[in-house]
Amino acid sequence: MAGKKTLTFAIMDPPYESGRSTTAFRLIDIAVKRGYDVNVFAYEGAVCLPFAKQQAHPNAVHGREAEEENHPLPKDWVAALIKSAATNGGKLDWVNCGLCVDERGVAEAIEGVRRGTPADLWKLAEGSDNTLVIGTR
Amino acid sequence: MKVLQIVESAYRGTLEEQDDTIIWLTQAMKGAGGDLDVLLRGNAVSYALKDQDASGLSFGDWKQTEPPRIDEQVNGLLGKGVKVYYVDEDASERGIDKSDLVKGVQAIPRGQVAELLGAYDHAWHW
Repeated sequence: MAGKKTLTFAIMDPPYESGRSTTAFRLIDIAVKRGYDVNVFAYEGAVCLPFAKQQAHPNAVHGREAEEENHPLPKDWVAALIKSAATNGGKLDWVNCGLCVDERGVAEAIEGVRRGTPADLWKLAEGSDNTLVIGTR
Repeated sequence: MKVLQIVESAYRGTLEEQDDTIIWLTQAMKGAGGDLDVLLRGNAVSYALKDQDASGLSFGDWKQTEPPRIDEQVNGLLGKGVKVYYVDEDASERGIDKSDLVKGVQAIPRGQVAELLGAYDHAWHW
């Protein structure tokens, strides 16, 4: 591997609304598997991605109980990526925009997620090899 | 009351939801006694493609065990007596041939959509 990279992702979409969130997670997954240090600045609806109170549910239309359904919860995706980063020698620093959190009442995030401000995005981007914005459309 | 569900916004969160939410909603309302049909238009015509495979999503050690199976959802609607139409030109513009689609979906030319709407009390455009 060439030198260790640091990448910043600024994401904006809420969970369950857009394939863009899944795409962002897939890119982050590749980066952390390569041992890169990855920063995520979650802005607007994206602060709901690591919300700790997300709950799986059964699905009568699919004919499956909750356990069989294994409903994807983005908070589990965030947790898996934080764990994968540590396993692969990097780190995932997930920063939730604090004001966006307050507006939405989603302060209870999973472990490993911290509260921040737009100034954090600026600092993270300055310290990164590159920054990718995946905004809402 | 008879409703035509027009589905245009496609593949929006389907991996997270394990389905298309409007197709799901239609199935659920049909199960509750609703009288609904579906018109796929725009990118949503792809929902009728056979043999879609959205499996394999993983992040770290998290793996999706139940991916969306939208073609099966469409088949499920047909099996419950829901008519599923698609805009013919929207399919052909995307290189989709009728033989690529699940059996039972019905093509409707773009110029006849207005006439189709007239057969319903409501048209709900998603």
